[in-house]
Amino acid sequence: MKLKSLLIGLGLVAGLSTAQAEDPFKVGFVYVGPVGDHGWSYEHNRGREELEKHFGGKVKTTYVENVSEGADSERVITQLAKSGNDLIFTTSFGYMNPTIKVAKRFKKTTFEHATGYKRSKNVGTYTLRTYEGRYVSGIAAGMMTKTNKLGYIASFPIPEVIRDINSVYMAAKTVNPDVEMKIVWVNTWYDPGKETDAANALMDQGVDVLLQHTDSPAPLIAAEKRGVRGIGQASDMSHFGPNAHIFSVRDDWAPYYISTTEAVMNGTYKPQDFWGGFKDDMLSIASINDNLPADVKTKIQTTYDDIRSGKFHPFTGPIMSNEGKLVIEAGHTLTDAELAQVNWYVEGIKDSIPN
Amino acid sequence: MDAELLSQILFSAIKTGTPLLLIALGEVICEKSGVLNLGQEGMMLMGAVVGFLAAYSSGSVGLGVLGAIIIGMFMSLIFAFLVLHLGANQVATGLALTIFGTGLSAFVGSDVVGQTIQGFQPIIIPVLSDIPFIGRILFTHDLLVYVSFALAALVSYVATKTRIGLIIKAVGENPHAANAIGIKVLKVRYLAIMFGGGMAGLSGAYMSLVYTPMWIENMTSGRGWIALALVVFASWRVGRIMLGAYLFGLASIMHLVLQGMGWSISPNLLAMLPYVATVVVMVIISADHFKEKLLAPRSLGKPFDPRQMA
Repeated sequence: MKLKSLLIGLGLVAGLSTAQAEDPFKVGFVYVGPVGDHGWSYEHNRGREELEKHFGGKVKTTYVENVSEGADSERVITQLAKSGNDLIFTTSFGYMNPTIKVAKRFKKTTFEHATGYKRSKNVGTYTLRTYEGRYVSGIAAGMMTKTNKLGYIASFPIPEVIRDINSVYMAAKTVNPDVEMKIVWVNTWYDPGKETDAANALMDQGVDVLLQHTDSPAPLIAAEKRGVRGIGQASDMSHFGPNAHIFSVRDDWAPYYISTTEAVMNGTYKPQDFWGGFKDDMLSIASINDNLPADVKTKIQTTYDDIRSGKFHPFTGPIMSNEGKLVIEAGHTLTDAELAQVNWYVEGIKDSIPN
Repeated sequence: MDAELLSQILFSAIKTGTPLLLIALGEVICEKSGVLNLGQEGMMLMGAVVGFLAAYSSGSVGLGVLGAIIIGMFMSLIFAFLVLHLGANQVATGLALTIFGTGLSAFVGSDVVGQTIQGFQPIIIPVLSDIPFIGRILFTHDLLVYVSFALAALVSYVATKTRIGLIIKAVGENPHAANAIGIKVLKVRYLAIMFGGGMAGLSGAYMSLVYTPMWIENMTSGRGWIALALVVFASWRVGRIMLGAYLFGLASIMHLVLQGMGWSISPNLLAMLPYVATVVVMVIISADHFKEKLLAPRSLGKPFDPRQMA
């Protein structure tokens, strides 16, 4: 009997050690919204699923959703690092300082922070050229508005959001010189109630095309109810507003998640600042509504092609700020580092950035 | 500001104020009977999630509303049993109910986060909606808003003009006296608490079926608490509750409206408005201790045990 139990014990130990040897590579994700937001977090989660599928059983992922930015996120990131994740993606701007802080304590873990600008030995950053999608949105919005009033539901006054507001406005202006833009800050990435309130407040004031830099489909639902137009954010939101929907700017994070995970597994990883856009197929114009006039559809396509091929870059000077300062010199195109620091509105936006 | 915009804003204020009105109408009856139920937020969230689930799976918003009312009543029954039968502290039990409801609703609803349904459609009342200015504000809403108008009238009538209203008042003012003349104090309180629960559930259904026809964790974002302040603000009078609900509704959308109009006031500051208003109201009311005592049901928050004399 003793021998038998000894053998079983040995077998168990052997089993455990082989299991350890074949331990999958562990990747953790932190999301700011629920995976069911049908916007930003939804797409990150889709990227995560693709990643797991791509590597079969070799990569194991975990995620934590609905993590508020700030102190709470530090706890969650620490927890993920402690539980043995080799690579952790933190997917919202507000996780920037917590990510850097936790990375200092877990030097063997690799961290990747989305949309931020702080990097270190084991922290890289990655983001999307959302301004490319916004530029196409601005073209469509400028052509579709009848009241010449666009409404923009904005989250937080950070460079990414301010840059995209500029992008929309500049684009709309090229096709509709009379266009005006109303900007409402809701101070949240995801709060369907508040986003609805903001959408209604804008529509009350004559806005007939809604743009949003928040993550829920609520503004599109509100637009559908009142018979105006809207543009889907981050994910294909067409089914939330079959008539209202112009198109959605869709994110696709999977290519980046797969290549980064591969690099860390092979030991070839180096922290960098990665920007993915139309060209990388990480950003696309999805579900263009059939009910758009033909000229709008054509213009959407040509604008997309020009940006994708590199023939056109929205942030090419000369560009004046709305305070009358020359912010981009003639002939200069903003570098990625400069794009990450946009803190001015372009000429013509009748508003000032809240501080 | 033109009349068109003003009527739009007031229309939105009513829409935003309706969930507050519904839940406060339930709470005022509950408090008039002498019971303070701080579990409003929890019952409301449960109403929102169950209402959404029922409507989502059955395809009928009517069933959603019914489900929300039933779950609200059920939640309040738990509370009623603890405070009336076991004599538990009302404040602590109410708080526990809120925490319980918040967690349970998140758990129950996790599968349908972000799903949407076809909510209630607006019903434009013919003739009345053609009245200039007022018509747009009052008569182009959806069914639940009209129901809230009717319920406000009904609660006001019952509370002030009927025998039932007097019985509830007697139980809330002096349960021992009420007991002595043969009123079943605990039974009245049970019913009052359940009415409050049903209204909280209905208010939750308004959030998840009308306001934003979807379910998200914690989507009521403190409305249950604002409603509690509202009841005090209105000094337990239905007319004032209605007015207060719309005022709070207005305060919570004003910062978005002003931004759209290009006012360069910090949106953070403006977003605080409804909460600042709540605090100010509480301060004004509690500054006058005598008045507060005069207006509040005298036995509010005190347990009743028929074996003890006052």
